[in-house]
Amino acid sequence: MEGKIVRVAGPLVVAKGLPNVKMFEMVRVGKLQLFGEVIGLDNDLVYIQVYEETQGIGPGEPVYALGEPLSVELGPGLIGQIYDGIQRPLNKLAEVGGDFLSRGLAFPALDRGKKWDFESRVKVGEYVEGGDILGVVQETSALEHRILVPPNLRGKILEIKSGTYTVEDVIGILEDEYGNSHELKLMHKWPVRYQRPVKEKLPPQIPLITGQRVLDTFFPLVKGGTACVPGPFGSGKTIIQHQLAKWADAEVVVYIGCGERGNEMTEVLIEFPELKDPRTGKPLMERTILIANTSNMPVAAREASVFTGITIGEYFRDMGYHVALMADSTSRWAEAMREISGRLGEMPGEEGYPAYLASRVAGFYERAGLVKCLGKEEKIGSVSIIGAVSPPGGDLSDPVVQATLRVTKVFWGLDARLAFSRHFPAVDWLVSYSLYLEPVSNYWKERVAEDYYSLRQEAMSILQREAELQDIVRLVGMEALSPQDRLVLETARSIREDFLHQNALHEVDTYTSPYKQYLMLKNIMNFYKVALTLIEEGYPLDEILKMPEREKIARMKFVPEDRIKELEDLLEEVRKRLEGIKEGLREYV
Amino acid sequence: MSKEYTSVSKISGPLVLVENIENVKYGEVVEVKLSNGEIRQGQVLEAQEGAALVQMFASTQDLSLKGMRIKFLGHVLEINLSPSILGRTFDGLGRPRDGGPEIIPQKRMDINGSPINPYSRAYPSEFIQTGISAIDGMNTIVRGQKIPIFSGAGLPHATLAAQIERQARLLNEEEKFAVVFGAMGLTFEEANFFIENFRSTGALERTVLFINLANDPVIERIATPRFALTAAEYLAFDLDMHVLVILSDMTNYAEALREVSAARKEVPGRRGYPGYLYTDLATLYERAGRIKGKKGSITLIPILTMPEDDRTHPIPDLTGYITEGQIFLSRELYRRGIYPPIDVLQSLSRLMRGGIGEGRTRKDHGDLSNQLYAAYSRGLEAKELAVVLGEAALTEEDVLFLEFSEEFEDKFIRQGEYENRSIFETLDLGWKLLKKLPRASLKRIRPEYLDEFWGKEDAS
Repeated sequence: MEGKIVRVAGPLVVAKGLPNVKMFEMVRVGKLQLFGEVIGLDNDLVYIQVYEETQGIGPGEPVYALGEPLSVELGPGLIGQIYDGIQRPLNKLAEVGGDFLSRGLAFPALDRGKKWDFESRVKVGEYVEGGDILGVVQETSALEHRILVPPNLRGKILEIKSGTYTVEDVIGILEDEYGNSHELKLMHKWPVRYQRPVKEKLPPQIPLITGQRVLDTFFPLVKGGTACVPGPFGSGKTIIQHQLAKWADAEVVVYIGCGERGNEMTEVLIEFPELKDPRTGKPLMERTILIANTSNMPVAAREASVFTGITIGEYFRDMGYHVALMADSTSRWAEAMREISGRLGEMPGEEGYPAYLASRVAGFYERAGLVKCLGKEEKIGSVSIIGAVSPPGGDLSDPVVQATLRVTKVFWGLDARLAFSRHFPAVDWLVSYSLYLEPVSNYWKERVAEDYYSLRQEAMSILQREAELQDIVRLVGMEALSPQDRLVLETARSIREDFLHQNALHEVDTYTSPYKQYLMLKNIMNFYKVALTLIEEGYPLDEILKMPEREKIARMKFVPEDRIKELEDLLEEVRKRLEGIKEGLREYV
Repeated sequence: MSKEYTSVSKISGPLVLVENIENVKYGEVVEVKLSNGEIRQGQVLEAQEGAALVQMFASTQDLSLKGMRIKFLGHVLEINLSPSILGRTFDGLGRPRDGGPEIIPQKRMDINGSPINPYSRAYPSEFIQTGISAIDGMNTIVRGQKIPIFSGAGLPHATLAAQIERQARLLNEEEKFAVVFGAMGLTFEEANFFIENFRSTGALERTVLFINLANDPVIERIATPRFALTAAEYLAFDLDMHVLVILSDMTNYAEALREVSAARKEVPGRRGYPGYLYTDLATLYERAGRIKGKKGSITLIPILTMPEDDRTHPIPDLTGYITEGQIFLSRELYRRGIYPPIDVLQSLSRLMRGGIGEGRTRKDHGDLSNQLYAAYSRGLEAKELAVVLGEAALTEEDVLFLEFSEEFEDKFIRQGEYENRSIFETLDLGWKLLKKLPRASLKRIRPEYLDEFWGKEDAS
């Protein structure tokens, strides 16, 4: 179907002469054949958001409707790729179009020439339904790509073969209940704005271990959970997102760079192939997919990028994998919506954002979750979403932050003042929260240590107490405090500096296992408790603070995981040292 | 394409609506010929069937609905490029301003450029020594970085930018370099200060200037940084040069953008700035960088004056979200007579870690700067407390940190306008200051570096 442009204003193009076009259908615009999507219909006028720069396009040029909505290609070849917001492979665009993005280039997302070793897992005559595993392809050494029956198909396998195939080769034939046969391939397509179906959603229970102490111990996230990371610029949102992409114990990581810096994506591309997953020992790139729609790339494709990312995430979830998805930053996504909405002349809501901002945000986060996947065989998979938000001036009353907080269960609030003193991760422990503490504490009890949760609570109350005491100190000075209170302040400092502060660039400190986290906190709290009994017996605080074991506590973060016994021994050392002092004290008295 | 139209139906602010036309393209350049023969330029902001909304770059004064001849040139705004642009001065729309001849183009480029494919970028990691301790030691800049100076009215941002331009070099090599300077709405004096500085260092013949002064047309400023950056892309990626781009003042640029947006009656975002300010600024700032397989680079230092020194104002705020850090000037330090008045705590270089360490600067650089940050910030907290309660209220350790922070400002941050410190001098100075603090409190530095650089003896 061919129509004609009647108006061009930035990323918005209005066309005529496309009577049968549907909402959200893909179109190609102008002589350059730019990609676009229908976002409004008004009598004979069709409103199109164009994913590419529209300069030089004018009225009278043709518009072609493609007959299908914006869809992604799902199949082997996704892992390790870097795509733009509408799943065009950026490496291919660079090969053909050069170092600068040229317009109107179309490339299939999955390499058509590449052959994969497919091993079938079903038999001829077997009845299968959507989500069943047809067979597997070992896509990378870290990931077995399970080829699924597409969600909307069911029926009898008429034919299936193992062997070496491209994503478009027919690997089998399926006959549905009406007797129609369908060709089965290694890939299938899915429209990005539709959630992929699941059998059942489950309440998330298992922590998503990130190796970041302040997150895992204080404000844990779960597999299938959602987290919101707001903060002003320079507070370390991107570093947190990168740390999660590196160390989260997910089988697949989807990283969406949505309206952010180009060099940040380059950094991931350079760094990830060099880094090894602490659990599998395989390069991190072998489980990572990047969606890069940087701030200077067209704004409409930015709007689509989060949907492209989440759909890919859901696809791997359907195989029974745990997927972690980072979106950095959802504010830029919301701004893209605002820009398009403004050009459409819609009535604005708060701060010029469209009135449907909150429902779009909620719709996106609801695609996360722990689920029973489709298929006869029981598979559990999850998508966890960690969304960065960049509120103007760090102001949390921003509509995007507010809309996000209403739907996410974990809040990691970043604080500019912590960042200024280079305390990273700059997660403000007084305002942040996690609503998953209860399920996670049960997990800790079983898997890590009986008293992990109570330690966490004690440490948290020391930090709270510190905030109160600091108010007092500000009014009347340090002398007004009792030795007990001063010990609280020193312990809080130790928690902040020796536990919460974590250096992402240090080879050991960048990742801490749950057991080591527990031991570190246990040591700090152990010191506190023993010191407290000493103070109560009248031993001077200043002497306690000079003990050499304190420096060991400060160095715990640098102790590698294979020498973790040192931390167990340290507990005993401190106890002995203090008992020795007590002994001396008694004799002295 | 060169058909002339006279059918103007509306003029409002910088916008002109032309009707009964054919074949207009979005973004196309428009020439408006007044009845007295004067020619002014504009650009198509909205292309409709039979009509075009044109944004004029010059003022719309003296324009009338009758008697004007309008020509659509069939191409977008372009710049003529050849190696002979070096040493030349252009106006905000890329026309010679120095009385010299027009440039005979070897290449014409669309001033809007195209985004660099993220896949093609090379990660910037070559340390640039500016000779300024507060930058080199604490907020190291690398080649291909975009890092703005956040300043306020009356602060010495121009002096600082000039010093950076004068002293910046790589540790151990001399390569082809060039400077591109884009002035948006600067006063004559400010612009002249930069030009004189380029002249005094002999850089002028390697400099391209795009000058839009305070009394030049406001809307022209929207194009000025694009001309400057396109010239920079040509020098960097066609001629293999290392280009330093200084854009001043971004606040004037954003205000010009707001003016056009208001004239179009668009829904305003914060403080009346258009909702697309972020995207618009990004299309400028993101043009800095390096490309795999290309020798040249674009390092971008935009200068902006924060209205009321407020870093949450939309212009600095959105800039900070795009750029790779910021150099933040503090009025308080300036009042106390400290030059350069760089507030290191509020400053940041996101690309620092790739540019420092063994083989680049020195292995202790990262830990040392981390520790200086932590210690300085603790010292400032102690100072705040001392102001209220007196020094007597501080613990012994806090007093040490307080003294450290004062010395840090006086000896480390403060330096002369013409003082050029090597990175090693800067690092050694940092260690010297840390000597005064107890070793056990230096938790950000790994023990082996403490042994090597701080000394083994225990201060307590």
